[in-house]
Amino acid sequence: MNAKAKDLRLKEEPKHPVLKHFRDDSPGTPHLWCAGCGVGQIWHYTTRAIEELGLDEDKVLWVGGSGCTGRMCTYWHKDFFHTLHGRALSFATGVKLARPEMTVLVHSGDGECVAIGGNHLIHAARRNVDITLIAVNNFNYGMTGGQFSPTTPTSMYTATSPFGNPEEAFNLSALMKEAGATYIARWTTVHARQVINAIKKGIQNKGFSFIEILAQCPTQYGRRNKLGGPVQMMEWLKANSILKEKAEKMTPEELKGKFILGELHSVIKPEFSEYMRAMAAEAAREGEGG
Amino acid sequence: MQGNDACTEGALAAGCMLFAGYPITPATEIAEMMARRLPQAGGIYVQGEDELASLGIVLGASAAGWKAMTATSGNGICLMQEEIGYAAMTEIPCVIVDAQRAGPGTGIATKSMQGDVYQVRYGSNSDYSIIALAPSSPQEMFDLTIEAFNYAESYRTPVFILSDEIVSHMRERVTIPTPDKIRLVERKKPDVPPERFVPFRASPDGVPPMPSFGDGYALPVSSFARTETGRPVTDFKNQSQLVQRLWDKIEKHADSIARVETAGLEDAQVAVLSYGSVARAAKDVARQMRLQGKPVASMRLITLWPFPDERVRDLGKRVRAIFVPEMNVGKMAREVERAAGKYAEVISLPKLGVDIHTPAEIQQAVERMFS
Repeated sequence: MNAKAKDLRLKEEPKHPVLKHFRDDSPGTPHLWCAGCGVGQIWHYTTRAIEELGLDEDKVLWVGGSGCTGRMCTYWHKDFFHTLHGRALSFATGVKLARPEMTVLVHSGDGECVAIGGNHLIHAARRNVDITLIAVNNFNYGMTGGQFSPTTPTSMYTATSPFGNPEEAFNLSALMKEAGATYIARWTTVHARQVINAIKKGIQNKGFSFIEILAQCPTQYGRRNKLGGPVQMMEWLKANSILKEKAEKMTPEELKGKFILGELHSVIKPEFSEYMRAMAAEAAREGEGG
Repeated sequence: MQGNDACTEGALAAGCMLFAGYPITPATEIAEMMARRLPQAGGIYVQGEDELASLGIVLGASAAGWKAMTATSGNGICLMQEEIGYAAMTEIPCVIVDAQRAGPGTGIATKSMQGDVYQVRYGSNSDYSIIALAPSSPQEMFDLTIEAFNYAESYRTPVFILSDEIVSHMRERVTIPTPDKIRLVERKKPDVPPERFVPFRASPDGVPPMPSFGDGYALPVSSFARTETGRPVTDFKNQSQLVQRLWDKIEKHADSIARVETAGLEDAQVAVLSYGSVARAAKDVARQMRLQGKPVASMRLITLWPFPDERVRDLGKRVRAIFVPEMNVGKMAREVERAAGKYAEVISLPKLGVDIHTPAEIQQAVERMFS
């Protein structure tokens, strides 16, 4: 598109409120996600959380790896770190240690953060490094054509489970609690306000925050499982969701196949980069004392 | 002082602020020493959950402005390869020690080999260049570690210290100069404000200035093929320009990066070319033979990559034959053949690990040229 045509197009179209955070030289216009994908909503919710907290955007780093979710960071108009598949949390940990004043946000899909990056996921949580991980769980590898992932429920259909997924799905939030994350919430793309609030709380939590957002992938997962278009899929997410408070009064049988939503866990523990710096200060004093 | 400890001291002298590593023989002493010494210097030691985490943390810290390093053995390098290519593509400086051990596979963890010379050069996917230095003594473990940081910062590239079990565990006297005697290089920062900054526009030396995350430069760091502005592209022109620059920024400076140590060149008829631990025996053979009146030169490669083509070609023009003893199947001998094969006979003397060549083994081969 030549400059003149681009200019005309922008004049004709109303400007979406998130575009002010959008990198203006991003490839593809406006982005690569399929129509109706949940990732775009989460992009919006993240920028809203940053706005509402009034953060200095020059100090907000978006980190991602590969996949549909991994690409989120590449549209952020300030510093972004588009790393390797599965390694986003390792790179993010390095940044946080060197620049503790920065807000480090990682967006990672279910395939990336639980399969190929699963080891880094549990260890980032265990260290309680001050990173907010927004895990977009759309139950499959969308970008590569919809293969099953560690969060695909048993018996569901994907490109590589034509007879139904033989494996059990990970309960990510439960895994994160055991691993040591200090703030955990789970919502769906339907819950705009709750997601924004959870991201804000995650950023404010001094430690590893895990925010799982169940998202629709109508192009791959929805199509193969006949879950309908984006709206029907969001209705499906909503219909199968139960708030934590209500779920606590239900039996395991009643909860089968349901998504438990809410703020699931919140504790205070020493944060990794602060702890390391304090340790270094102590070691330096001891070193001087001989 | 042990080679690995000298390496640690060199890193501290160079201003290394973060070390992330995973225990592995024969590199572990570097991690152990770093865990103690780095916090005392105000830095941070992180024990990665694996090698992938370790280099990832190193690259994150470096992109945020710190000098950072990791240390491992060849097996660990295997795991790090994707990130090595990432670092080359995104031009994030880092120092990686490969204390080589006998392989392939698990091999012999406690014994030496020089089998990784190609792995560090060509291990990640597609085309890029790196710098690799081969110390042959604890003193060089100190000196070349500082040099490695300087190169990493100058050229925005991964730099390898290609030690081996012998050099890493050898104990010798190491002289540590006072800080004012140590030359340190820091990465070039942009001299324009953020609104005029083009993230990957190279200076005449082929290296773009590098701000850190958080400096306000809206850095787009990704290993996608890209334009100078960092925008991802899929076209031939941008891809080829980028990859060519990543290659040229190191290869075109090979003359200044590639260091060799020579002896007895003047009237030499035969040469022994070696590097790393094996060079200790090879240099000795050349010296002994010269004392016996046989004109044998020695050339020790201090820089393995970029390969010192020019210097090796000159050597080939001076002598009839170049012997290349190395602890692998004869890998660098191929490079020597490529650079000097037109002028001199290149004779590979491979030894497949565990122990370096004895001087007698090398001398026996070289003697043939004088009988």
